[in-house]
Amino acid sequence: MSNLDAFYHALENPGRYIRQWKKETEKRAIGFFCSYAPEELIHAAGAQPVRIFGSGENMSRADSHIQAYCCSLVRGSLADALSGALDYLDGTVFPHTCDSIQRLSDIWRLNSPIKMHIDVILPVKLNTASSREYMNDVIKKFRRDLENKMGISISDEEIIKSSILYNRIRKALRELYKIKSMNPGAIRGRDLHTAVKAGMVMDRNVYADHLEEYIKELRSAMHGASSDRYKRVFLAGGICNIPDIYSSLEESGGAAVWDELCTGTRYFDGEIKITGDPVDAIAERYMERLICPVKYRSMNERSDSLVRQVREHDAGGVIFLILKYCDPHSFDYPDMKKRLDMEGIPSTLLELEDGRGIDGQIKTRIESFLEML
Amino acid sequence: MIDNPKITDPEKEKRKIKCVKKMKEIMTSYYIDAKTAVQNNKKVAWITSGGPVEPLIAMDIIPVYPENHGAMIGAGKMGADLCSKAEDMGYSRDLCSYARADIAASPINGGPIGGLPKPDMLVCSNNICGTVVKWYEIQARYYNVPLFIFDTPFIHSEPSPEALKYVKRQMGEYITFLEEHSGRSLNHDRMKEAGILAIRAQNLWQEILDTAANRPAPMTAFDAFFHLALIVTLRGTSTVVDYYTELLAELKERISLGIGMVPEEKYRLLWDNLPVWYRTRWLSDKLSSHRASLVADTYTSAWCGTTHLYDENNILESMAVAYSSVYLNISIDRMYEIIRGMIFKYGINGMIMHSNRSCKPYSFGQYDLQKMIMKNLKIPVLIIEADMVDERAFSESQTETRIDAFMETLASG
Ligand code: SF4
Ligand code: SF4
Ligand code: SF4
Repeated sequence: MSNLDAFYHALENPGRYIRQWKKETEKRAIGFFCSYAPEELIHAAGAQPVRIFGSGENMSRADSHIQAYCCSLVRGSLADALSGALDYLDGTVFPHTCDSIQRLSDIWRLNSPIKMHIDVILPVKLNTASSREYMNDVIKKFRRDLENKMGISISDEEIIKSSILYNRIRKALRELYKIKSMNPGAIRGRDLHTAVKAGMVMDRNVYADHLEEYIKELRSAMHGASSDRYKRVFLAGGICNIPDIYSSLEESGGAAVWDELCTGTRYFDGEIKITGDPVDAIAERYMERLICPVKYRSMNERSDSLVRQVREHDAGGVIFLILKYCDPHSFDYPDMKKRLDMEGIPSTLLELEDGRGIDGQIKTRIESFLEML
Repeated sequence: MIDNPKITDPEKEKRKIKCVKKMKEIMTSYYIDAKTAVQNNKKVAWITSGGPVEPLIAMDIIPVYPENHGAMIGAGKMGADLCSKAEDMGYSRDLCSYARADIAASPINGGPIGGLPKPDMLVCSNNICGTVVKWYEIQARYYNVPLFIFDTPFIHSEPSPEALKYVKRQMGEYITFLEEHSGRSLNHDRMKEAGILAIRAQNLWQEILDTAANRPAPMTAFDAFFHLALIVTLRGTSTVVDYYTELLAELKERISLGIGMVPEEKYRLLWDNLPVWYRTRWLSDKLSSHRASLVADTYTSAWCGTTHLYDENNILESMAVAYSSVYLNISIDRMYEIIRGMIFKYGINGMIMHSNRSCKPYSFGQYDLQKMIMKNLKIPVLIIEADMVDERAFSESQTETRIDAFMETLASG
């Protein structure tokens, strides 16, 4: 199987992949939400961290537990948990993020068949001495919770090994993104997206090897391809679970050259220090890495960093991808848009829903936005 | 001049709470003080309803509550207009209508009191939701003023020792923030005094709410919604203590005279979530017509649910713990325990849950609570769909039909 095929294969049916993996390794798999989940520790515990994305199927299964005015990530994941579609998970980790995830954790704990349940109540502000101390404390507590609930002990050596592996993966992802930014024609957006997301499901050691080889392949194939054909677009928002967006963009002559998504740069931003206390080092990365709207560091941080990145990657415009009913992102949007307007950077907002895909209306919006650039 | 005698129904007059007039005067003078703060060289801090307000009182900083403003906007039926203005500014219609109304009111001095006084600083505690953090960030940018976030880790089971250490340590940071931005230092005697007054106000508020355990209930949750403004807005001052003392005396007198708020009270209901501010009168009449008295609610009781955690001898730290343990900052199984206690205490026959589009942390989980209450406690629970401020999310006819049907099942059960 080629490297790229391996990524597609894992993502096509994560359940099949994980079940097979569990049979081969006799290890446990632990699901998690959000790129603030300290998955390095799950990995160090000898379990497979699996990022939960709603499949978008049978969403109505969630209806008897949560209102319709809730984002499709929460409703879709809950539907999957209730239907048994996530039965390959031995546990779930809920980092504290938004109000919806906060309540989902309760509903999940009370109703889903997945028994092991850990909440990681991270700080909301990341700019004070007390929150730094608390972040360290909470990540240490998470280690203890994992040890107690799994009946194991996690050594510092394992944690360091895991951090080194995650650094390696994140470095490779950065490389991959740079290739895309420098030469948008070198890799299809859809492939890039798949390559990133596969790393949230696959065995991380296997994944790291595939990823590095894939980058080598791309590099050797890359000569003479010109980047001029694409209109350079930046994607802003949270997670993207709708790969069709990349194809739609490219069909209309655009390419996403950089993003601030949790299925993108927010996932690989920042490096874990390998010196000092290994758990504090992990905590430090979560304090410092690219912020998301559920965390606070300073008033204009997201707008500043958005503008900086758009300029750095010479993007002609910004597309905001926001899931309908997502409070944190919807609150940030108007001021970020205003800032882009002031800087003369065109932008547009696409309100998406998992399981709905890209319909004609959204496609038209993308096309007319690209025409403007 | 000829007196124009109003025709009053003595039955109705008898049921009215007499203190109300005074309460209105207190609120009016509070808002006048707040709006003239600049002239009087006083600083204004905007603060969330669950924020630690006592240090502000002790430092003569005037606390202003955008959420209370939101409630006034809702009650004044100005919500839909302001909310749609927020949508024009780019804010999604799915966001909390307190936040939307407030954000839209700022640039145009909108709302029933011509806008809130400009803040010198913002104090936000996420013990009620994550929305307030986003909302206050937006206002901090708009007014270009400093923002303090009092971060209260959510409690899914027990508060962790790590979280307790964190919230206590933040109290120190909070005081430093206030001192820096007000140019004053905190006097610890005054702090203690404000703390003690807050404890007394909360105890009185609890006693007031508890009068409704009497049959017939001398007040209903609708009266609690109205009188809540004081404990939200002026907690930590003697004004609240004095007023609530008077109100409590009046309610006790009503009990001794056998005066109930709902004529011929037959059913006793419990309310969950924020009020539907623009329809409180309608809903109150509707329930009365079924001889149902809304005797308690999970919302107004949130301001006295953690009083036992206060320690007069260690006000700041104990306050930090109390603030992080409030009703909306706990899991639904913990909420269930509190609801169960209320059902027994107030002799509840049925419960109405307001599924409030604006308030996700309050509304998500209601379906599970409903099932738990119906199954374990055999109490019927009705869920109605609305929004506390944005009238566009409310259908009167639909709600009416559902309430009528619910009351019928109660009557036949
Ligand atoms: S946007 Fe924030 S809350 Fe959502 S997945 Fe990303 S990091 Fe987590
Ligand atoms: S999409 Fe938004 S509302 Fe949904 S879980 Fe993520 S942050 Fe929360
Ligand atoms: S109504 Fe709910 S979401 Fe809005 S500010 Fe209050 S607690 Fe937060």
